[in-house]
Amino acid sequence: MSLLELEDVTASYGHAQVLHGISFSLPENGATGLLGANGAGKTTTLRAISGTVRTTGRILFEGRDISGLGPDRTAHLGIAHVPEGRGTIGQLSVRENLLVGAYQRRDRKQIATDVDYVLDLFPNLQERVKSNAAALSGGEQQMLAVARAFMAKPRVILLDEASLGLAPSTARRVYDAIVRLRHEAQVSMVVVEQNANLAFSVVDDATVLETGRVALHGSRDELMGMDAVRRAYLGG
Amino acid sequence: MSYFIQVVVDGLSNGAIYAAIALAIVLVYRATGLINFAQGGMAVTATFVAYALTQAGVPVLLALVAAVVLGFALGALLERGVMRHFEGGDPDTAVVATIALLVVLSGLSAFFFGYEPHPFPSLFPNRTIGVLGVFVSLRSIGTITVLIVVMVALQLLFRSTKLGLAMRAVADNPQSSALSGLPVSRLLMIGWGLAAALGAIAGVLVAPQLFISPGMLDFVLVYALASAILGGLDSPVGAVVAAAFIGVVENLAGAYLDFIGDDLKIAVPFIAVIVILVVRPQGLFGRKVTVRV
Repeated sequence: MSLLELEDVTASYGHAQVLHGISFSLPENGATGLLGANGAGKTTTLRAISGTVRTTGRILFEGRDISGLGPDRTAHLGIAHVPEGRGTIGQLSVRENLLVGAYQRRDRKQIATDVDYVLDLFPNLQERVKSNAAALSGGEQQMLAVARAFMAKPRVILLDEASLGLAPSTARRVYDAIVRLRHEAQVSMVVVEQNANLAFSVVDDATVLETGRVALHGSRDELMGMDAVRRAYLGG
Repeated sequence: MSYFIQVVVDGLSNGAIYAAIALAIVLVYRATGLINFAQGGMAVTATFVAYALTQAGVPVLLALVAAVVLGFALGALLERGVMRHFEGGDPDTAVVATIALLVVLSGLSAFFFGYEPHPFPSLFPNRTIGVLGVFVSLRSIGTITVLIVVMVALQLLFRSTKLGLAMRAVADNPQSSALSGLPVSRLLMIGWGLAAALGAIAGVLVAPQLFISPGMLDFVLVYALASAILGGLDSPVGAVVAAAFIGVVENLAGAYLDFIGDDLKIAVPFIAVIVILVVRPQGLFGRKVTVRV
């Protein structure tokens, strides 16, 4: 059984329909990518899963239809959405942001252990643990957003453009940590990324979206072998 | 010298009244990210509940407890029934909605109880004690004591509890908070409920001195807003210190600057507030907001 399965999902903002029937699935302990140009519907697909946009079709999580549930409910089920633009809580300190991430958990000792783990994963955050999130650099905020999502102990993390606006070396460091997280914490991931080189360092397979429809699906190696994909997303 | 101390002590008594409402403003700001103009209206409505109960022979302390409970329900209900429609929209619209609530609540109080002020029984004995030639009423001492307890409790709530952390997160960034699984609507409801309950305490504390009427807190609300802003808007300690400052400066100006007198004295603390905010825009105790993009 797939951990997450989308069947013919559509989504609209008001009258503007953005997704026209998306289907893909994510296996247990898998990581899948969503590629595509601006406006292809990548972000909206993640929003559909976390319940922050109106949808039709079926979204199955662990076999249960979760479409129509709001974000606090999907978070409770084990879906952690790291939104585009980082989505940290600016006036809270780094440590407080991490504790907000763990809001639904009751295992206090394990929470403390996990805080230490993410601070080890992101040493930059260790140095800024008492700073307000708003005072962090862009890269540090992105690290904090990923770390906060992990603190919820989710089954799946939805990652939206984690490299946006970051210097290439910083983006690389963020993704190195994400790869480590995927394997050490055994958390599944749906990765939206403009930079396919970064995406392919994490995912096993990917779906290419074009104007709200699935244009192509394939394993990482298949997609990386295609000229069209290389030209569009891998810089030649 | 003892005259000077007397003026300061009287100023502190006034400041305590401003501080009571300022604390409620800080609470709702921390919990919802809004400046709530309905705060005065909610406090007066809850105080009228206590008033009706004391008229029916209920002891003041019991009436206060009932007003706090009903105040919490009123605040939660207003969030659920009215404010929820404005959440996620433009904050300016929501602030205007709180002004509308203020007008409606004042109107309702007037409809049931009329506009003329009524005497309100005090929680504390109506006596004055003299220490080294300075006179201070037990009511002021009692009010200040209760306020300090409330201030410390709020500080602990926001700094040291999970509920407080969650309320601050929701006030700052409701979307991200929801993605972390925080029940945003319920937390906002609790925030409004707590603010109204605190308003009930504030109203019952100050009503014996001001006499209860629908407009009882109108001018206090202006001082309270000034105190909350001077204190940094998100700091309970800041609000109380600022309220004490405003009360004392106002009284000193009235007492010592002959050309000002009683009519103009209210302008002095506001001029001081403006000067301080020019030098220190985040307020006395506010955290400097830095944003990097």
